[in-house]
Amino acid sequence: MPMAATEIEALIKASLPDADVTIEDMRGDGDHYRALVTSRAFKGKTRVQQHQMVYAALKGRVGGALHALALQTGVPADA
Amino acid sequence: MTDEAVFQRICTDIENNDVVLFMKGTPVHPMCGFSAAVVQILGHMGVTYKSVDVLMDSEVRDGIKQFSNWPTIPQLYVKGEFIGGCDIVRDMHASGELSEVLKSAGVNAPAA
Repeated sequence: MPMAATEIEALIKASLPDADVTIEDMRGDGDHYRALVTSRAFKGKTRVQQHQMVYAALKGRVGGALHALALQTGVPADA
Repeated sequence: MTDEAVFQRICTDIENNDVVLFMKGTPVHPMCGFSAAVVQILGHMGVTYKSVDVLMDSEVRDGIKQFSNWPTIPQLYVKGEFIGGCDIVRDMHASGELSEVLKSAGVNAPAA
């Protein structure tokens, strides 16, 4: 069952309240998104750890309801 | 098969091979775009690696996700360490970080 971009953003922000989230629906099918997520919580974390934090925020939907999430993460420049 | 047994099989693969790619399909016939993208990067760099087709082994397909706490396939391992999935490998390749990781791990990447 596809997901709405707003739901993805809400889930991420529920776990990472300061996150800046940009989401692009790559195919218009609600199943293939690209997301850019920046947060101070990522500071000092490896890329893998940062992505795992986003996956945890999405509570198991990636690879399931959400077939593909092309993810880029980072720390805000002023962090 | 128990999780423990599947994890042991995974450990055997990643400890006995410098570079291991858990993927959907094979390097010659990748069965998903993300797997194909990583295959292309490793091929472009001339890296020798062992591929594991998770579509042929449902226990490893699920077990690898628990093992690495990573929900998707493909998954790339270098010297037993989880490097990342398609996005991270692509980003690392673009920035040159992937060839650095391979070089410092003593893995031959002639075209890197």
